[in-house]
Amino acid sequence: MTSASSPIVSIRNLTKVYNNGFKALKGVDLDIREGEILALLGPNGAGKTTMISIVCGLVNPSGGQVTVGGHDVVRDFRATRSMIGLVPQELTTDQFETVINTVTFSRGLHGKGKNPALIEQILKDLSLWDKRNNMLRELSGGMKRRVLIAKALAHEPRILFLDEPTAGVDVTLRRDMWQVVEKLRATGVTIILTTHYIEEAEEIADRVGVINAGELLLIEDKRTLMKKLGSKQLRLELTQRLSAVPPGLEAFDLKLVDDGHALVHDYAADETEGNGGGSRIAALMKALAAAHVPLGDISTHQSSLEDIFVKLIGERA
Amino acid sequence: MSARFNFEAVKAIYYFEMARMRRTLLQSVISPVITTSLYFIVFGTAIGSRIQEVGGVSYGSFITPGLIMLTLLTQCIANGSIGIYFPKFTGTIYELLSAPVAMTEVLLGYVGAAASKGLIIGLIILATASFFVDIHIAHPVMMVVFLVLTAVTFSLFGFIIGIWAKNFEQLNIVPMLIVPPLTFLGGSFYSIDMLPPFWQAVSHFNPVLYLVSGFRWSFFEIADVNPIVSLGMIGLFLVICLSILAWIFRTGYRLRS
Repeated sequence: MTSASSPIVSIRNLTKVYNNGFKALKGVDLDIREGEILALLGPNGAGKTTMISIVCGLVNPSGGQVTVGGHDVVRDFRATRSMIGLVPQELTTDQFETVINTVTFSRGLHGKGKNPALIEQILKDLSLWDKRNNMLRELSGGMKRRVLIAKALAHEPRILFLDEPTAGVDVTLRRDMWQVVEKLRATGVTIILTTHYIEEAEEIADRVGVINAGELLLIEDKRTLMKKLGSKQLRLELTQRLSAVPPGLEAFDLKLVDDGHALVHDYAADETEGNGGGSRIAALMKALAAAHVPLGDISTHQSSLEDIFVKLIGERA
Repeated sequence: MSARFNFEAVKAIYYFEMARMRRTLLQSVISPVITTSLYFIVFGTAIGSRIQEVGGVSYGSFITPGLIMLTLLTQCIANGSIGIYFPKFTGTIYELLSAPVAMTEVLLGYVGAAASKGLIIGLIILATASFFVDIHIAHPVMMVVFLVLTAVTFSLFGFIIGIWAKNFEQLNIVPMLIVPPLTFLGGSFYSIDMLPPFWQAVSHFNPVLYLVSGFRWSFFEIADVNPIVSLGMIGLFLVICLSILAWIFRTGYRLRS
Protein backbone atom coordinates (compact mmCIF):
# COMPACT_ATOMS: atom_id res chain seq x y z
CA MET A 1 0.00 0.00 0.00
CA THR A 2 1.27 3.45 -0.81
CA SER A 3 0.60 6.46 1.32
CA ALA A 4 -1.69 9.16 0.02
CA SER A 5 1.18 11.48 -0.78
CA SER A 6 3.41 9.15 -2.80
CA PRO A 7 2.31 8.67 -6.41
CA ILE A 8 0.81 5.32 -7.43
CA VAL A 9 2.53 5.49 -10.80
CA SER A 10 5.84 7.23 -11.11
CA ILE A 11 7.52 7.72 -14.48
CA ARG A 12 11.10 9.03 -14.56
CA ASN A 13 12.97 10.14 -17.65
CA LEU A 14 11.22 7.50 -19.74
CA THR A 15 12.50 7.04 -23.28
CA LYS A 16 11.54 4.67 -26.05
CA VAL A 17 13.29 4.27 -29.37
CA TYR A 18 11.73 1.64 -31.63
CA ASN A 19 13.86 -0.67 -33.76
CA ASN A 20 13.20 1.46 -36.84
CA GLY A 21 14.79 4.41 -35.04
CA PHE A 22 11.52 6.21 -34.24
CA LYS A 23 11.78 8.09 -30.95
CA ALA A 24 8.33 7.62 -29.43
CA LEU A 25 9.19 9.01 -25.99
CA LYS A 26 11.92 11.56 -25.27
CA GLY A 27 12.36 11.60 -21.52
CA VAL A 28 8.93 11.77 -19.91
CA ASP A 29 8.47 12.49 -16.18
CA LEU A 30 5.04 11.98 -14.71
CA ASP A 31 3.54 11.21 -11.32
CA ILE A 32 0.03 9.80 -11.16
CA ARG A 33 -1.80 10.22 -7.86
CA GLU A 34 -3.78 7.45 -6.28
CA GLY A 35 -7.51 7.77 -6.89
CA GLU A 36 -7.37 10.48 -9.53
CA ILE A 37 -8.72 10.51 -13.06
CA LEU A 38 -5.97 11.63 -15.38
CA ALA A 39 -6.64 12.42 -19.01
CA LEU A 40 -3.75 12.29 -21.45
CA LEU A 41 -4.35 14.37 -24.53
CA GLY A 42 -2.31 14.43 -27.67
CA PRO A 43 -2.52 13.99 -31.42
CA ASN A 44 -2.02 10.62 -33.13
CA GLY A 45 1.53 9.32 -32.76
CA ALA A 46 2.26 11.59 -29.80
CA GLY A 47 3.46 8.70 -27.65
CA LYS A 48 0.40 8.17 -25.45
CA THR A 49 -0.06 4.51 -26.29
CA THR A 50 3.67 3.81 -26.08
CA MET A 51 3.75 5.27 -22.59
CA ILE A 52 0.77 3.21 -21.45
CA SER A 53 2.23 0.10 -23.10
CA ILE A 54 5.46 0.46 -21.14
CA VAL A 55 3.61 0.87 -17.83
CA CYS A 56 1.49 -2.21 -18.62
CA GLY A 57 4.38 -4.37 -19.88
CA LEU A 58 3.57 -4.57 -23.59
CA VAL A 59 6.63 -2.62 -24.64
CA ASN A 60 10.11 -2.61 -23.12
CA PRO A 61 11.44 0.85 -22.19
CA SER A 62 14.67 2.03 -23.81
CA GLY A 63 15.64 4.14 -20.81
CA GLY A 64 14.32 5.59 -17.57
CA GLN A 65 12.23 3.99 -14.87
CA VAL A 66 8.57 3.32 -14.16
CA THR A 67 7.28 2.25 -10.77
CA VAL A 68 3.73 1.23 -9.92
CA GLY A 69 2.83 1.14 -6.23
CA GLY A 70 6.55 1.44 -5.54
CA HIS A 71 7.49 -1.60 -7.67
CA ASP A 72 9.60 -1.46 -10.80
CA VAL A 73 7.53 -2.47 -13.87
CA VAL A 74 10.34 -4.56 -15.35
CA ARG A 75 11.88 -6.17 -12.28
CA ASP A 76 8.70 -6.66 -10.21
CA PHE A 77 6.34 -7.14 -13.12
CA ARG A 78 4.11 -9.56 -11.19
CA ALA A 79 3.42 -6.99 -8.50
CA THR A 80 2.81 -4.11 -10.91
CA ARG A 81 0.74 -5.94 -13.50
CA SER A 82 -1.54 -7.45 -10.82
CA MET A 83 -2.55 -3.91 -9.94
CA ILE A 84 -3.26 -2.79 -13.50
CA GLY A 85 -6.22 -3.29 -15.79
CA LEU A 86 -5.83 -2.32 -19.45
CA VAL A 87 -8.51 -1.57 -22.02
CA PRO A 88 -6.66 -1.43 -25.33
CA GLN A 89 -7.39 0.91 -28.18
CA GLU A 90 -8.08 -1.78 -30.79
CA LEU A 91 -11.12 -4.04 -30.53
CA THR A 92 -9.15 -7.23 -30.13
CA THR A 93 -11.28 -10.19 -29.18
CA ASP A 94 -11.22 -13.94 -29.46
CA GLN A 95 -14.11 -14.17 -31.93
CA PHE A 96 -15.13 -17.73 -31.08
CA GLU A 97 -15.21 -17.36 -27.31
CA THR A 98 -18.23 -16.58 -25.20
CA VAL A 99 -18.38 -13.38 -23.17
CA ILE A 100 -18.35 -15.13 -19.81
CA ASN A 101 -15.44 -17.41 -20.73
CA THR A 102 -13.22 -14.63 -21.95
CA VAL A 103 -13.90 -12.50 -18.87
CA THR A 104 -13.31 -15.46 -16.52
CA PHE A 105 -10.08 -16.22 -18.41
CA SER A 106 -8.81 -12.69 -17.75
CA ARG A 107 -9.30 -13.11 -14.03
CA GLY A 108 -7.40 -16.42 -13.99
CA LEU A 109 -4.59 -14.98 -16.07
CA HIS A 110 -4.05 -12.37 -13.37
CA GLY A 111 -3.63 -15.08 -10.77
CA LYS A 112 -7.01 -14.68 -9.09
CA GLY A 113 -9.23 -17.61 -8.16
CA LYS A 114 -12.75 -17.94 -9.53
CA ASN A 115 -15.34 -15.43 -8.32
CA PRO A 116 -18.58 -15.91 -10.31
CA ALA A 117 -20.48 -13.35 -8.22
CA LEU A 118 -18.00 -10.62 -9.07
CA ILE A 119 -17.97 -11.52 -12.76
CA GLU A 120 -21.78 -11.41 -12.74
CA GLN A 121 -21.73 -7.94 -11.15
CA ILE A 122 -19.22 -6.61 -13.67
CA LEU A 123 -21.22 -7.99 -16.60
CA LYS A 124 -24.43 -6.51 -15.20
CA ASP A 125 -22.84 -3.10 -14.68
CA LEU A 126 -21.80 -3.10 -18.32
CA SER A 127 -25.19 -4.42 -19.57
CA LEU A 128 -23.49 -7.61 -20.79
CA TRP A 129 -25.19 -10.15 -18.53
CA ASP A 130 -27.85 -11.05 -21.11
CA LYS A 131 -25.15 -11.64 -23.68
CA ARG A 132 -22.88 -13.72 -21.45
CA ASN A 133 -23.26 -16.91 -23.50
CA ASN A 134 -22.96 -15.20 -26.87
CA MET A 135 -19.85 -15.61 -28.94
CA LEU A 136 -17.88 -12.40 -29.28
CA ARG A 137 -18.21 -12.39 -33.06
CA GLU A 138 -21.99 -12.05 -32.64
CA LEU A 139 -21.60 -8.77 -30.76
CA SER A 140 -21.59 -5.24 -32.12
CA GLY A 141 -18.50 -3.04 -31.89
CA GLY A 142 -19.84 -1.19 -28.88
CA MET A 143 -20.62 -4.45 -27.11
CA LYS A 144 -17.11 -5.73 -27.80
CA ARG A 145 -15.75 -2.56 -26.24
CA ARG A 146 -17.80 -3.35 -23.13
CA VAL A 147 -16.33 -6.86 -23.07
CA LEU A 148 -12.80 -5.41 -23.14
CA ILE A 149 -13.68 -3.20 -20.18
CA ALA A 150 -15.17 -6.19 -18.32
CA LYS A 151 -11.99 -8.18 -19.00
CA ALA A 152 -9.86 -5.36 -17.61
CA LEU A 153 -11.98 -5.16 -14.46
CA ALA A 154 -12.22 -8.92 -13.83
CA HIS A 155 -9.16 -9.02 -11.59
CA GLU A 156 -10.17 -5.97 -9.52
CA PRO A 157 -7.35 -3.65 -10.59
CA ARG A 158 -6.34 -0.62 -8.54
CA ILE A 159 -5.30 1.24 -11.66
CA LEU A 160 -7.26 1.24 -14.90
CA PHE A 161 -5.84 2.35 -18.23
CA LEU A 162 -8.37 3.26 -20.89
CA ASP A 163 -6.67 3.81 -24.23
CA GLU A 164 -9.04 5.82 -26.43
CA PRO A 165 -12.07 4.18 -24.81
CA THR A 166 -14.69 6.13 -26.71
CA ALA A 167 -13.35 5.91 -30.24
CA GLY A 168 -16.30 4.82 -32.37
CA VAL A 169 -18.64 4.40 -29.43
CA ASP A 170 -22.27 5.53 -29.29
CA VAL A 171 -23.82 7.87 -26.75
CA THR A 172 -25.38 5.14 -24.59
CA LEU A 173 -22.13 3.28 -24.19
CA ARG A 174 -20.28 6.47 -23.37
CA ARG A 175 -22.78 7.22 -20.65
CA ASP A 176 -22.57 3.65 -19.27
CA MET A 177 -18.83 3.81 -19.40
CA TRP A 178 -18.60 7.07 -17.47
CA GLN A 179 -20.97 5.63 -14.89
CA VAL A 180 -18.63 2.68 -14.45
CA VAL A 181 -15.69 5.05 -14.24
CA GLU A 182 -17.43 7.12 -11.57
CA LYS A 183 -18.25 3.98 -9.61
CA LEU A 184 -14.64 2.83 -9.81
CA ARG A 185 -13.36 6.20 -8.76
CA ALA A 186 -15.63 6.04 -5.72
CA THR A 187 -13.90 2.79 -4.69
CA GLY A 188 -10.49 4.46 -5.00
CA VAL A 189 -9.41 3.12 -8.38
CA THR A 190 -6.98 5.35 -10.25
CA ILE A 191 -8.01 5.92 -13.86
CA ILE A 192 -5.82 7.03 -16.72
CA LEU A 193 -7.43 7.63 -20.07
CA THR A 194 -6.10 8.81 -23.38
CA THR A 195 -8.42 10.57 -25.73
CA HIS A 196 -8.76 12.82 -28.74
CA TYR A 197 -12.10 14.02 -27.47
CA ILE A 198 -11.23 16.97 -25.35
CA GLU A 199 -14.75 17.46 -24.06
CA GLU A 200 -14.36 14.07 -22.45
CA ALA A 201 -11.32 15.15 -20.50
CA GLU A 202 -13.14 18.35 -19.63
CA GLU A 203 -16.10 16.37 -18.36
CA ILE A 204 -14.50 13.74 -16.15
CA ALA A 205 -10.79 14.31 -15.56
CA ASP A 206 -9.24 15.72 -12.40
CA ARG A 207 -5.97 16.45 -14.12
CA VAL A 208 -4.96 16.81 -17.73
CA GLY A 209 -1.63 15.98 -19.32
CA VAL A 210 -0.75 17.00 -22.85
CA ILE A 211 1.70 14.88 -24.85
CA ASN A 212 3.10 15.81 -28.21
CA ALA A 213 5.98 14.31 -30.20
CA GLY A 214 7.13 12.13 -27.31
CA GLU A 215 7.20 14.90 -24.73
CA LEU A 216 4.89 15.76 -21.89
CA LEU A 217 4.13 19.41 -22.55
CA LEU A 218 2.28 20.00 -19.33
CA ILE A 219 0.38 18.30 -16.56
CA GLU A 220 -2.03 20.38 -14.57
CA ASP A 221 -5.15 20.32 -12.50
CA LYS A 222 -7.96 20.72 -15.01
CA ARG A 223 -9.49 23.82 -13.44
CA THR A 224 -6.12 25.50 -12.96
CA LEU A 225 -5.21 24.72 -16.53
CA MET A 226 -8.39 26.20 -17.89
CA LYS A 227 -7.92 29.31 -15.81
CA LYS A 228 -4.27 29.68 -16.60
CA LEU A 229 -4.42 29.07 -20.30
CA GLY A 230 -8.03 29.88 -21.00
CA SER A 231 -9.15 33.27 -22.14
CA LYS A 232 -12.48 34.98 -21.63
CA GLN A 233 -14.31 37.39 -23.81
CA LEU A 234 -16.94 39.87 -22.69
CA ARG A 235 -19.30 40.81 -25.47
CA LEU A 236 -21.56 43.85 -25.35
CA GLU A 237 -24.40 43.93 -27.89
CA LEU A 238 -25.37 47.45 -28.84
CA THR A 239 -28.85 48.70 -29.66
CA GLN A 240 -27.42 51.40 -31.92
CA ARG A 241 -24.52 51.25 -34.33
CA LEU A 242 -21.38 53.07 -33.17
CA SER A 243 -18.68 54.33 -35.49
CA ALA A 244 -15.93 54.40 -32.84
CA VAL A 245 -15.28 53.34 -29.26
CA PRO A 246 -16.86 56.17 -27.21
CA PRO A 247 -14.50 58.57 -25.37
CA GLY A 248 -13.80 57.72 -21.72
CA LEU A 249 -13.43 53.98 -22.47
CA GLU A 250 -9.89 54.04 -23.94
CA ALA A 251 -8.39 52.45 -20.80
CA PHE A 252 -10.40 49.20 -21.26
CA ASP A 253 -8.98 47.83 -24.50
CA LEU A 254 -12.36 47.52 -26.21
CA LYS A 255 -12.81 46.58 -29.84
CA LEU A 256 -15.70 47.49 -32.02
CA VAL A 257 -16.91 44.50 -34.05
CA ASP A 258 -19.83 43.41 -36.26
CA ASP A 259 -19.84 46.65 -38.22
CA GLY A 260 -20.24 48.68 -35.04
CA HIS A 261 -23.05 46.62 -33.49
CA ALA A 262 -21.00 45.08 -30.66
CA LEU A 263 -18.06 45.78 -28.38
CA VAL A 264 -15.72 43.02 -27.16
CA HIS A 265 -13.24 42.90 -24.32
CA ASP A 266 -10.68 40.06 -24.07
CA TYR A 267 -9.14 39.12 -20.75
CA ALA A 268 -7.39 36.14 -19.18
CA ALA A 269 -9.60 33.61 -17.38
CA ASP A 270 -7.63 33.88 -14.15
CA GLU A 271 -8.15 37.65 -13.99
CA THR A 272 -11.58 37.31 -12.47
CA GLU A 273 -10.15 36.02 -9.20
CA GLY A 274 -7.57 37.96 -7.25
CA ASN A 275 -5.70 39.80 -9.98
CA GLY A 276 -8.04 42.75 -9.85
CA GLY A 277 -9.94 41.48 -12.85
CA GLY A 278 -13.28 41.53 -11.03
CA SER A 279 -12.93 45.17 -10.08
CA ARG A 280 -11.86 46.00 -13.62
CA ILE A 281 -15.08 44.54 -15.01
CA ALA A 282 -17.02 46.57 -12.43
CA ALA A 283 -15.10 49.71 -13.45
CA LEU A 284 -15.86 48.96 -17.10
CA MET A 285 -19.56 48.69 -16.32
CA LYS A 286 -19.55 52.07 -14.57
CA ALA A 287 -17.63 53.67 -17.41
CA LEU A 288 -20.09 52.21 -19.95
CA ALA A 289 -23.00 53.75 -18.05
CA ALA A 290 -21.20 57.09 -17.73
CA ALA A 291 -20.46 57.14 -21.46
CA HIS A 292 -24.15 56.38 -22.23
CA VAL A 293 -23.28 53.40 -24.40
CA PRO A 294 -26.56 51.97 -25.83
CA LEU A 295 -26.30 48.46 -24.23
CA GLY A 296 -28.64 45.72 -25.46
CA ASP A 297 -27.16 42.53 -23.98
CA ILE A 298 -24.04 41.21 -22.25
CA SER A 299 -22.43 37.78 -22.61
CA THR A 300 -19.15 36.11 -21.72
CA HIS A 301 -17.44 33.19 -23.39
CA GLN A 302 -14.69 31.04 -21.91
CA SER A 303 -12.33 29.07 -24.14
CA SER A 304 -12.67 25.29 -23.91
CA LEU A 305 -9.94 22.78 -23.26
CA GLU A 306 -9.96 22.18 -26.98
CA ASP A 307 -8.99 25.79 -27.76
CA ILE A 308 -6.25 25.54 -25.14
CA PHE A 309 -5.02 22.27 -26.58
CA VAL A 310 -4.93 23.48 -30.16
CA LYS A 311 -3.08 26.62 -29.05
CA LEU A 312 -0.56 24.60 -27.04
CA ILE A 313 0.20 22.10 -29.79
CA GLY A 314 0.34 24.94 -32.33
CA GLU A 315 2.92 26.87 -30.32
CA ARG A 316 5.26 23.89 -30.15
CA ALA A 317 4.84 22.78 -33.72
CA MET B 1 11.30 -11.05 -10.87
CA SER B 2 9.36 -12.02 -7.80
CA ALA B 3 9.26 -15.66 -6.84
CA ARG B 4 5.53 -16.32 -6.73
CA PHE B 5 4.46 -18.74 -9.46
CA ASN B 6 1.17 -17.81 -11.11
CA PHE B 7 -0.49 -21.22 -11.11
CA GLU B 8 -3.95 -19.73 -11.71
CA ALA B 9 -2.71 -18.33 -15.03
CA VAL B 10 -1.32 -21.69 -16.17
CA LYS B 11 -4.69 -23.26 -15.31
CA ALA B 12 -6.60 -20.50 -17.08
CA ILE B 13 -4.59 -20.88 -20.30
CA TYR B 14 -4.72 -24.68 -20.15
CA TYR B 15 -8.50 -24.86 -19.73
CA PHE B 16 -9.07 -22.12 -22.28
CA GLU B 17 -7.07 -24.11 -24.86
CA MET B 18 -8.69 -27.43 -23.96
CA ALA B 19 -12.09 -25.76 -24.39
CA ARG B 20 -11.07 -24.90 -27.95
CA MET B 21 -10.52 -28.61 -28.57
CA ARG B 22 -13.99 -29.49 -27.27
CA ARG B 23 -15.48 -26.82 -29.49
CA THR B 24 -13.69 -28.13 -32.56
CA LEU B 25 -14.17 -31.82 -31.75
CA LEU B 26 -14.92 -32.75 -35.34
CA GLN B 27 -11.78 -31.14 -36.68
CA SER B 28 -9.39 -31.99 -33.88
CA VAL B 29 -10.42 -35.55 -32.96
CA ILE B 30 -12.74 -37.14 -35.49
CA SER B 31 -10.76 -36.15 -38.57
CA PRO B 32 -7.38 -37.66 -37.49
CA VAL B 33 -9.18 -40.85 -36.48
CA ILE B 34 -10.84 -41.16 -39.88
CA THR B 35 -7.56 -40.43 -41.69
CA THR B 36 -5.71 -43.07 -39.68
CA SER B 37 -8.46 -45.63 -40.19
CA LEU B 38 -8.09 -45.07 -43.94
CA TYR B 39 -4.36 -45.78 -43.66
CA PHE B 40 -5.13 -49.05 -41.88
CA ILE B 41 -7.69 -50.09 -44.43
CA VAL B 42 -5.50 -49.25 -47.43
CA PHE B 43 -2.00 -50.08 -46.20
CA GLY B 44 -2.69 -52.49 -43.40
CA THR B 45 -5.49 -54.61 -44.79
CA ALA B 46 -5.64 -54.16 -48.57
CA ILE B 47 -1.94 -53.85 -49.42
CA GLY B 48 -0.54 -55.27 -46.18
CA SER B 49 -2.17 -58.65 -46.74
CA ARG B 50 0.11 -59.07 -49.77
CA ILE B 51 3.25 -58.00 -47.90
CA GLN B 52 5.19 -60.51 -45.87
CA GLU B 53 5.90 -59.89 -42.19
CA VAL B 54 8.48 -57.31 -41.23
CA GLY B 55 10.80 -58.50 -38.46
CA GLY B 56 8.31 -61.15 -37.44
CA VAL B 57 5.40 -58.69 -37.14
CA SER B 58 2.45 -58.46 -39.53
CA TYR B 59 2.68 -55.37 -41.77
CA GLY B 60 -0.51 -53.84 -40.36
CA SER B 61 0.86 -54.02 -36.82
CA PHE B 62 4.29 -52.85 -37.99
CA ILE B 63 2.97 -49.54 -39.32
CA THR B 64 0.82 -48.76 -36.24
CA PRO B 65 3.53 -46.98 -34.17
CA GLY B 66 4.56 -44.93 -37.21
CA LEU B 67 0.97 -43.87 -37.88
CA ILE B 68 0.50 -42.80 -34.27
CA MET B 69 3.75 -40.81 -34.48
CA LEU B 70 2.68 -39.20 -37.76
CA THR B 71 -0.56 -37.96 -36.20
CA LEU B 72 1.07 -37.04 -32.90
CA LEU B 73 3.73 -34.90 -34.58
CA THR B 74 1.28 -33.15 -36.88
CA GLN B 75 -1.25 -32.52 -34.11
CA CYS B 76 1.27 -31.31 -31.53
CA ILE B 77 2.92 -28.91 -33.97
CA ALA B 78 -0.45 -27.63 -35.19
CA ASN B 79 -1.92 -27.17 -31.71
CA GLY B 80 1.25 -25.76 -30.21
CA SER B 81 1.61 -23.21 -32.98
CA ILE B 82 -2.01 -22.11 -33.36
CA GLY B 83 -2.37 -21.64 -29.57
CA ILE B 84 0.15 -18.79 -29.49
CA TYR B 85 -0.22 -17.64 -33.11
CA PHE B 86 -3.96 -16.96 -32.82
CA PRO B 87 -3.65 -14.35 -30.04
CA LYS B 88 -0.88 -12.72 -32.05
CA PHE B 89 -3.09 -12.68 -35.12
CA THR B 90 -6.21 -11.34 -33.38
CA GLY B 91 -4.29 -8.99 -31.08
CA THR B 92 -5.51 -10.60 -27.86
CA ILE B 93 -1.85 -11.27 -27.02
CA TYR B 94 -1.93 -7.84 -25.31
CA GLU B 95 -3.60 -9.58 -22.42
CA LEU B 96 -0.88 -12.22 -22.02
CA LEU B 97 1.82 -9.57 -22.19
CA SER B 98 0.17 -7.24 -19.68
CA ALA B 99 -0.76 -9.97 -17.20
CA PRO B 100 1.41 -10.88 -14.21
CA VAL B 101 2.65 -14.04 -15.89
CA ALA B 102 6.17 -15.07 -16.82
CA MET B 103 6.62 -16.54 -20.28
CA THR B 104 7.41 -19.90 -18.67
CA GLU B 105 3.85 -19.97 -17.33
CA VAL B 106 2.45 -19.01 -20.72
CA LEU B 107 4.53 -21.82 -22.21
CA LEU B 108 3.34 -24.36 -19.64
CA GLY B 109 -0.29 -23.49 -20.32
CA TYR B 110 -0.10 -23.61 -24.11
CA VAL B 111 2.36 -26.47 -24.50
CA GLY B 112 0.66 -28.45 -21.74
CA ALA B 113 -2.65 -28.16 -23.59
CA ALA B 114 -1.14 -28.92 -27.01
CA ALA B 115 0.70 -31.99 -25.68
CA SER B 116 -2.44 -33.20 -23.85
CA LYS B 117 -4.48 -32.93 -27.03
CA GLY B 118 -1.77 -34.78 -28.98
CA LEU B 119 -1.66 -37.54 -26.38
CA ILE B 120 -5.44 -37.92 -26.30
CA ILE B 121 -5.53 -38.24 -30.09
CA GLY B 122 -2.54 -40.62 -30.06
CA LEU B 123 -4.31 -42.90 -27.60
CA ILE B 124 -7.57 -42.74 -29.56
CA ILE B 125 -5.67 -43.83 -32.66
CA LEU B 126 -4.02 -46.65 -30.75
CA ALA B 127 -7.47 -47.80 -29.67
CA THR B 128 -8.73 -47.48 -33.27
CA ALA B 129 -5.75 -49.52 -34.52
CA SER B 130 -6.59 -52.36 -32.16
CA PHE B 131 -9.81 -52.84 -34.14
CA PHE B 132 -7.82 -53.51 -37.32
CA VAL B 133 -4.64 -55.26 -36.24
CA ASP B 134 -3.12 -57.19 -33.34
CA ILE B 135 -1.38 -54.86 -30.93
CA HIS B 136 0.74 -55.94 -28.05
CA ILE B 137 2.95 -53.60 -26.11
CA ALA B 138 6.19 -55.13 -24.86
CA HIS B 139 7.35 -52.12 -22.83
CA PRO B 140 4.29 -50.08 -21.80
CA VAL B 141 6.26 -47.69 -19.57
CA MET B 142 8.75 -46.93 -22.33
CA MET B 143 5.87 -46.58 -24.78
CA VAL B 144 4.36 -43.85 -22.57
CA VAL B 145 7.78 -42.21 -22.09
CA PHE B 146 8.32 -42.02 -25.87
CA LEU B 147 4.78 -40.76 -26.39
CA VAL B 148 4.95 -38.05 -23.73
CA LEU B 149 8.46 -36.88 -24.63
CA THR B 150 7.56 -36.65 -28.29
CA ALA B 151 4.29 -34.83 -27.55
CA VAL B 152 6.01 -32.27 -25.31
CA THR B 153 8.97 -31.76 -27.65
CA PHE B 154 6.86 -31.22 -30.74
CA SER B 155 4.38 -28.98 -28.94
CA LEU B 156 7.38 -26.84 -27.95
CA PHE B 157 8.51 -26.92 -31.56
CA GLY B 158 5.01 -25.84 -32.60
CA PHE B 159 5.08 -23.01 -30.05
CA ILE B 160 8.32 -21.73 -31.61
CA ILE B 161 6.72 -21.82 -35.07
CA GLY B 162 3.69 -19.97 -33.70
CA ILE B 163 5.89 -17.17 -32.37
CA TRP B 164 8.01 -17.04 -35.52
CA ALA B 165 5.13 -17.12 -38.04
CA LYS B 166 3.96 -13.78 -39.39
CA ASN B 167 1.07 -15.18 -41.42
CA PHE B 168 -1.01 -18.33 -41.87
CA GLU B 169 1.16 -19.54 -44.72
CA GLN B 170 4.29 -19.56 -42.57
CA LEU B 171 2.27 -21.19 -39.81
CA ASN B 172 1.28 -24.10 -42.03
CA ILE B 173 4.50 -24.55 -43.94
CA VAL B 174 6.23 -26.75 -41.35
CA PRO B 175 3.35 -29.10 -40.46
CA MET B 176 2.21 -29.39 -44.10
CA LEU B 177 5.45 -29.41 -46.07
CA ILE B 178 8.18 -30.65 -43.76
CA VAL B 179 6.62 -33.08 -41.31
CA PRO B 180 4.87 -35.50 -43.72
CA PRO B 181 7.97 -36.16 -45.90
CA LEU B 182 10.10 -36.66 -42.81
CA THR B 183 7.57 -39.09 -41.35
CA PHE B 184 7.02 -41.01 -44.54
CA LEU B 185 10.78 -41.26 -45.17
CA GLY B 186 11.53 -41.91 -41.49
CA GLY B 187 10.54 -45.56 -41.58
CA SER B 188 6.88 -45.26 -40.63
CA PHE B 189 5.88 -47.69 -43.38
CA TYR B 190 9.06 -49.72 -43.80
CA SER B 191 12.20 -50.77 -42.02
CA ILE B 192 15.20 -48.87 -43.33
CA ASP B 193 16.90 -52.26 -43.76
CA MET B 194 14.81 -52.49 -46.92
CA LEU B 195 16.62 -49.44 -48.38
CA PRO B 196 19.91 -49.41 -50.35
CA PRO B 197 22.90 -48.57 -48.09
CA PHE B 198 23.16 -44.96 -49.33
CA TRP B 199 19.55 -44.12 -48.41
CA GLN B 200 19.95 -45.92 -45.11
CA ALA B 201 22.78 -43.50 -44.29
CA VAL B 202 20.69 -40.50 -45.40
CA SER B 203 17.80 -41.68 -43.23
CA HIS B 204 19.97 -41.31 -40.14
CA PHE B 205 19.83 -37.53 -40.62
CA ASN B 206 16.05 -37.66 -40.34
CA PRO B 207 15.03 -36.96 -36.72
CA VAL B 208 11.70 -38.72 -37.20
CA LEU B 209 13.50 -42.03 -37.79
CA TYR B 210 14.58 -42.06 -34.13
CA LEU B 211 11.09 -41.30 -32.86
CA VAL B 212 9.39 -43.99 -34.94
CA SER B 213 12.11 -46.55 -34.31
CA GLY B 214 12.14 -46.07 -30.54
CA PHE B 215 8.38 -46.01 -30.34
CA ARG B 216 8.09 -49.16 -32.43
CA TRP B 217 10.68 -50.87 -30.22
CA SER B 218 8.45 -50.27 -27.17
CA PHE B 219 5.73 -52.27 -28.95
CA PHE B 220 7.50 -55.08 -30.78
CA GLU B 221 11.15 -54.94 -29.65
CA ILE B 222 12.26 -54.39 -33.24
CA ALA B 223 14.17 -51.21 -34.04
CA ASP B 224 16.20 -49.58 -36.81
CA VAL B 225 18.38 -47.83 -34.25
CA ASN B 226 19.19 -48.59 -30.63
CA PRO B 227 16.27 -47.36 -28.42
CA ILE B 228 18.72 -45.62 -26.10
CA VAL B 229 19.99 -43.63 -29.07
CA SER B 230 16.35 -42.83 -29.97
CA LEU B 231 15.69 -41.56 -26.48
CA GLY B 232 18.87 -39.51 -26.58
CA MET B 233 17.87 -37.92 -29.89
CA ILE B 234 14.43 -36.93 -28.58
CA GLY B 235 16.15 -35.51 -25.50
CA LEU B 236 18.52 -33.56 -27.72
CA PHE B 237 15.67 -32.10 -29.75
CA LEU B 238 13.85 -31.17 -26.54
CA VAL B 239 16.94 -29.32 -25.28
CA ILE B 240 17.31 -27.51 -28.62
CA CYS B 241 13.66 -26.35 -28.49
CA LEU B 242 14.00 -25.20 -24.88
CA SER B 243 17.18 -23.27 -25.71
CA ILE B 244 15.52 -21.49 -28.62
CA LEU B 245 12.58 -20.59 -26.38
CA ALA B 246 14.90 -19.33 -23.63
CA TRP B 247 16.45 -17.00 -26.21
CA ILE B 248 13.01 -15.90 -27.47
CA PHE B 249 11.82 -15.05 -23.97
CA ARG B 250 15.02 -13.25 -23.07
CA THR B 251 14.99 -11.05 -26.15
CA GLY B 252 11.23 -10.67 -26.53
CA TYR B 253 11.61 -11.79 -30.17
CA ARG B 254 8.38 -11.07 -32.09
CA LEU B 255 6.54 -10.66 -28.79
CA ARG B 256 7.60 -7.40 -27.13
CA SER B 257 9.10 -4.50 -29.03
